[in-house]
Formats: sequence, C-alpha cells, structure tokens
Amino acid sequence: MLRDDPVANVLYVDLSKKSFRVERREDIFRKYIGGAGVAIQLLHEECPRDCDALGPENPIVFAVGPMTALFPLASKTVAMFKSPHSRNLGESHCGGRSAVAIRMAGYGAILVKGASDTPLYLAVHGNRVYFRDASSVWGIDTVTVGRIIRENEPGAGLRTIMRIGKAGERLVPYSCVTTETYRHFGRLGLGAVFGSKKLKAVVISGKRSLPVVDMKQYRRLYDEIYQAVITTSAMKKYHELGTADNVLPLNEIGGLPTKNLKTAKFERASEISGEAFAEKYLGRRLACTHCPVGCIHIAALREPYEDESYFYKTSMFSYDYEPIYALGSMLGGSDTKGMLGLMHQIEKLGLDVMSSGVILAWATEAQERGLISEKETEGIRLNWGDYRTYIDAVKLLVEQPNEFFRALAHGVKHAASIYGGEDFALSFGGNEMPGYHTGPAAHIGVLIGARHSHLDNAGYSIDQKAILAKKQLGPEELAKALLSEERWRQILSSLVVCFFARGVYQPDIVSKALSVTGFDLAPEVLHRIGEEIHKEKYRFKIREGFSLDNLYLPKRIFETPSALGKLDEKFIREVIEHFKKAIFVER
Amino acid sequence: MRIALDMERCVGCQSCMFACARRQNEVGLSKTCINVKSIAGMERGFIVVVCRACKNPPCVKVCPTGALKSRLGGGVRLDIKKCIGCGYCCNACLIGAIFWSDEINKPMICTHCGYCVNFCPYGVLRLEKKGGEKNA
Repeated sequence: MLRDDPVANVLYVDLSKKSFRVERREDIFRKYIGGAGVAIQLLHEECPRDCDALGPENPIVFAVGPMTALFPLASKTVAMFKSPHSRNLGESHCGGRSAVAIRMAGYGAILVKGASDTPLYLAVHGNRVYFRDASSVWGIDTVTVGRIIRENEPGAGLRTIMRIGKAGERLVPYSCVTTETYRHFGRLGLGAVFGSKKLKAVVISGKRSLPVVDMKQYRRLYDEIYQAVITTSAMKKYHELGTADNVLPLNEIGGLPTKNLKTAKFERASEISGEAFAEKYLGRRLACTHCPVGCIHIAALREPYEDESYFYKTSMFSYDYEPIYALGSMLGGSDTKGMLGLMHQIEKLGLDVMSSGVILAWATEAQERGLISEKETEGIRLNWGDYRTYIDAVKLLVEQPNEFFRALAHGVKHAASIYGGEDFALSFGGNEMPGYHTGPAAHIGVLIGARHSHLDNAGYSIDQKAILAKKQLGPEELAKALLSEERWRQILSSLVVCFFARGVYQPDIVSKALSVTGFDLAPEVLHRIGEEIHKEKYRFKIREGFSLDNLYLPKRIFETPSALGKLDEKFIREVIEHFKKAIFVER
Repeated sequence: MRIALDMERCVGCQSCMFACARRQNEVGLSKTCINVKSIAGMERGFIVVVCRACKNPPCVKVCPTGALKSRLGGGVRLDIKKCIGCGYCCNACLIGAIFWSDEINKPMICTHCGYCVNFCPYGVLRLEKKGGEKNA
C-alpha cells in the first residue's frame, strides 16, 4: 500500500470517555487489505472473550478498503461486532453512501467502543469528531431521524447517516442499522449494539484526494472496469427488476419458502413477483455511491386517510427479493398493499426484515396448532396473509408488553424453546433463515457460513447449478465448493466490492486494480489471504463457543421437499464433517 | 458546448463526480466540480449541481479582479493567477455551482469538457452543442 494513503488510518472512538484518536495501522491493512480482513483483526484485538454483546466493551468496527472511491462498486462497508442475536461473530455489510463517506473522511476503519449514559449521535466530518446530544431524537423512527440529522449536519451529497429505530433502542437482538433511508446493516443485530451504547446515529462525511501509483494506468484500468460493469447481464437484471427478479424463477423450481416452509411453492407467486411490484409500485430507482448499477428499487405506496375523502399519503421505501420472501410467501400473503404496509412498519422500527418475517411465520403456525393462544398474543389472531394483524404484532414485538412478545423479540429459536414448535422454528446458527429452499447447499451454506448469511458462500447458487446440470455434488465436493466460494468472498469483502460485481472483479482484475493502490498481490496470494481471513473469522467463532458438532437443523427442512427433492439429514451431516476437516487444513 | 441535465433520470450513483476528478488527474472528490445530492431525502430524487453555462453569468459580474471571464457559448473561464480567493462568485451563484478548493482557497468551476457525460449510465448528463439559449 502507499505510504500516504489514508486507508490505513483507524479512528478509535470511545463513547464512555467521549474521546477519540487516530492510529496508522499499516500492519493490518498491508496483511489483510481492508474491509472484512481488517475488521476481524480489530475485533480480535478489541472484543474481550465472552463479553456481553450489549455491554460497553463490545466494539463496533466499520471497515472499507483501498479500492473504495477509486473503482466502481467498491462501495460496501463491513461492520463487525459481537452479535447479540447469535452471541457470536457479528458481521454485516451495507452500501449506500457509507463506504465512500468513510474513505473520503480519511479513514479505512472506524472503531466505536464504550457506551454513553444519555442518547447521543456521532458526527465525523473529516478529522473533526463531535459527540452530539441525541436526547431529542431518541424514540424517533429511522426515516424521520434521518431527516432531522440531514437538516442539522453539513456534507450534503458526501455523507452517510447511519441510524437506528425503536427496535435498536429497545435492544431487539435482530434490529438493524439503516443508512440513507434505504440500505441496511441487517441481520445479527448491529442496531441493538448501537442501542446498548445509546448511539442513535453516526454521520460521516468528507472530501479528499487519494494517491495512486500511476495515474495513466489507473485511468486506463478504471475505464476497462467501468465498461465491464455496465455491459454485464447482472447489471441489466439488477437495474431492471432488481433482486425481486428472483421471485418467479425460485418459485418455478420449487425453492420459494412459503407459509413457514410448509411448502416451497407459492400458488400466488405471480402476484408478488418483481414484475408485479415494478408495474404497480415502482416509483424510483437509486444507486449506492460509485455504482452505476442502481439496483435499489423504491416502491411508492399511496394510501387514503380514512377520516377525509381525497386525502392521501404517499410513502416511499425500498423492496427487494428478501423482504418479499420474508413478508410475502413466508407469511402466505399476496396482498401487496398490505405487505408493503408491513415492510414500511418494519423499516421505521429498524428491524431485520428477514428475521421478522420468519418469526411472524413461526408464530402464525404456532397459533394455528394451538401452542399459543390469544392470551399470549394480546388478543391478536395471526392468520396467513393477514397484514393488519402482522403490523400490530411487529409493533408489540418491539414494545414487548408481555412474556410472549419478549420471547419473540429474542428470535424464533428462543421463542420455540419456551412455547414448543422447535421443529418448525427456522433458525440456522442462531439466525432466521433466508429465502431459499433450493436444496442441501442453501441450508448447509447458511449453517456453516461464518456469519450465517446466504451471501457467505451462496449455497443456493450451487443448488441452482445442480438443477440445471441435473447432477448434484457429492458431500466432499460440496463442502469444498462452499468453502472455496466463502474464502474468495473474503477478498471481495476486504476490498469491499459488492457481490453483484463478482463476475467483473475476478482474481486477475483485482490483482491489477490493487497494484494501482500500491498492493502487490498476485491472484494466488489473494486466494491465500482469503483463506487466512476466513480462518481468522472461524477462530473468533470458536473462541466464542461456536462448534461444527451437533449443529441444530429444524426438522421442517426435511419434511418439505426442496427444489432438489427431499433433503437427507445424513448427507448434510456428512458435508459438515468434510467441511470441518477442510477448514483448517492448508490447500 | 455545455452540460445539459435531465435530473429526473438520476439514480444518484455519483459516477460523474468521480469522473470529473479523474479528468483532472485526481482521485477522490476534493476537485470535483459537480455534486449530486438528494432533495431532502433520496425518495424525492436528486439535484445535480453543476455550472449551467449562463449567458450572462452573475459570477463574472461580481469578480473584482477579472479572473472570471464569460466564455463563448455560455459559462466562464477562470484565470487562477488573477483570482484572490474572495469567494464573491460563490455567493453570486444561486445554484451553488461554484465549488471551492480548500487547499488553494480558490474556486473550481465546470469547464463543460463533457468527460462526465461518458460516465452517466442513465442519460442525466448530455453535452449540448449550442449552449445557453434557454436562459437569458
């Protein structure tokens, strides 16, 4: 890396002492590039063993990479923390303006620890750091608080505003952090970690020049990458219908989890497809900073007020495949207006939409089976596709007026451990399931993925390839395929390249792009670093008590046939055994 | 030649901002002469702030040293040697299209070179041959 590159500057913020300092950490950036690679090192350094995820000692790390602000789509910020949801490694990625804002403010990473006694928000404008009183915005929803901070802070067009809603404040362990109104650090509860620190928001802005090794070479390479990005088929797909494009193909093959995965085919899928949403609601498309793809799809929902005729409100919020799965097919609903209303409510509260949907789906089935009555639900009768009651339920889930809602607020596995129904509590590694019942690889991938995300290793994609090829991988091959994908993705998330651009950022291109920033890393070296970062993450997981032995698999996934037919538990356990053998062995 | 805008098409990717910097052999955003910001939140879309090549530019009228001169076809030319960094031009521009270089304490203004147009994937920016006819 280059000596004068600010990417190696780490901003350390202590919310207890209201102090900050900047340290040059060329040591870790040189070795691990940035993003996930650097973040896991900072987590090892700063997160005490067995610490309380909601205690002041739990640090929050935000990290970007040397290619951020230099090349298109290097636009993700990696957040790492100990998760209050899985009580283990917490990692979440977010786009918006966050990554470029951090880089332009002059940092490669920002580490926040300690906790404030009273609500505050952090404002970082270049080398100036402010601790601002947030008492007046505590309790305000994620959309409104963004508007208020926007009016009070400089840096329009050059800033990110990360914030939490009521869910984070009330420490719901799967609450998210929202940036730029429409992007999220979702899954695993970064919002609750913010809430535990009384940290309502973080605003970051900056504007600076960055060094490169050779300007001519940089500009030539930029043009090459930019052209490659705008001509890929992925660009067209993600720009046109966005990720919601996946609803129909996944349903077609029988891999769309429906009604708490009682089935994997939704008879009314066409009503909740990407096409249907685009036709009825698509109001605007947006992009993250420095990304020409523009995959963010914003729905415009017009609703009449009931007390006055011709009086409407129009709300705009983002939709994607995952929210449509979690709140649509998973809840057996095709009333898109109702579904969008629920999506909007979840957005304002600042909950993770996937976890919320899976939890509501479990609760619906639990009530259907008589495991819980209306006494527990405060009179609510949950029914598949009835969004009015679901909206009431998510509000109560955040309010937590009784034991039942307190249990729901702690995740589906926790709720099932009290009320029963564990066989259909769809949680993997302590995280509620994503929207894929494509075959064994999807579930194994989430189970063994370091952050229990479908994006760790894209098992669903391995299943889909197997469907096309009409041939499935054997247990050892499958374990290796998942592992090698996850290892390479460590490099992408250390560069902080969006996974949508993985087709463009192949090892040789990455190596060339990095050379412009003064990193001399050949493709084979990159593979080795990816492997090492993955091991470092697993080292943290094991330190915090994670084990690949006896991983819990909900029975439901074996009862409902997947796109690749009925799943075999023995096969899945075999794959995990092979993974266990391979993970710490050198290639 | 001047940059023309169709702001409703903007997705806010800001590729133009980075392009402007590269055109000046710079990386990052400190030298960019174009800014894309949301209209009070992204749901309402974006404002693209860039010099619109006025025919009778107010910034020229207030420049006390003659560093800013009207350009044929609209817009201005900046003679950086004559500029004393008073900032009057910034105050005179209603749309805020005069950017400021904190390093040298001088203004930065779009030269309508058209380089950013090549990096606008959605047709927000285009280069017009005959400029400034609509505004007086």
